[in-house]
Amino acid sequence: MSKVTVYSTKTCSYCVRLKQYLSDNKISYENIDITSDPAKVKEMVDKSGQMGVPVVDIDGAIVVGFDKPQISKLLGI
Amino acid sequence: MRDDRKVYDLLIIGAGPAGITAGIYAARKKMEILVIAGEIGGQTAWSGDIENYVGYQFITGLELTDKFQEHMRKYGINVLENTYISEIRKENNIVKINAGEFSFSAKTAILATGKRSRPLNVPGEVEFRNKGVAYCATCDAPIFAGKDVAVIGGGNSALEAALQLIKIANKIYIINLGPDLHGDEIIREKVVAAKNVVIMNETKVKEIKGGKLVDSIVVENGSDSARLSVQGVFVEIGLIPNTEFKSDIVKNEQGEIIITRYNETNITGIFAAGDVTDTPEKQIIIAAGEGAKAALSAFKYLARQ
Repeated sequence: MSKVTVYSTKTCSYCVRLKQYLSDNKISYENIDITSDPAKVKEMVDKSGQMGVPVVDIDGAIVVGFDKPQISKLLGI
Repeated sequence: MRDDRKVYDLLIIGAGPAGITAGIYAARKKMEILVIAGEIGGQTAWSGDIENYVGYQFITGLELTDKFQEHMRKYGINVLENTYISEIRKENNIVKINAGEFSFSAKTAILATGKRSRPLNVPGEVEFRNKGVAYCATCDAPIFAGKDVAVIGGGNSALEAALQLIKIANKIYIINLGPDLHGDEIIREKVVAAKNVVIMNETKVKEIKGGKLVDSIVVENGSDSARLSVQGVFVEIGLIPNTEFKSDIVKNEQGEIIITRYNETNITGIFAAGDVTDTPEKQIIIAAGEGAKAALSAFKYLARQ
């Protein structure tokens, strides 16, 4: 089972849809709400080299945005 | 190119309030339809608090988008997402659309491609997109907690962005080209009163600079130029219509599609609705109404054929 971490904010529509997609496919994930948490923002920026949400970490592979084909490929769904 | 052999009754381009409402109306008329869209919800998905969509005294853009989607799902409407059209034309009374690697045919089409943020067009803007340059305060403001940021613009969208940032960011520069801020008084008062806001009128952004991420902007006021240290730049200088696809459709000076009150474009069988058109007032509820009207016009057009 892959370790999946989602960096998100409550107000970003792609974050909500990404998490919905993971749930629909019965993928368990850790959600990190970076809202007003500079340490978590820094962690996300360090991992992805950019500041947009969502970012997904799938066993160390970083996907920026709700890139459905890429995420599906990494998770085999 | 992959050719979808089917000839649809109606192709709807865009899935904001106009496109989705058109889809629901067309599905209820049992038309065979396909929605081709970049992103479901369009600008609505990026809106913050909505207090003027009838039936909802208060709803967020995200929640309203979910409601739209739910409503669309009820009718089993197919949506091809993350797809942008490159051409629309009419050939032998059939509408032909190219989108990425696909091509589609239909008896009618509704263009509901909406609008997007107007770019600043300064050096560094493209390079630092998502690396400090942002176009949606609702979505991205939380990322800039405790940081210094600049909001570019002087109208309502700039003021609303500033208002969201006041509670989160450390210092907010508002860089406004005009001599005064020109948004609604009620929101302007709040922004002007905030202690962490610096308003710079008659000021122009010349460049966005940084290393991996944005670290400063260069601004100019008359002959004076200054470099402001900021980690975020929110571009809020209005909207432009999404009409870059190839077509013979007639547009106005702003690039908006010119339509009749029946949502007809200059090409018969091709209709348009919502923010992408020259309809006055860009509002979610107006776009939805226009979408309904366009679908009914397309239905009647088909019935006459």
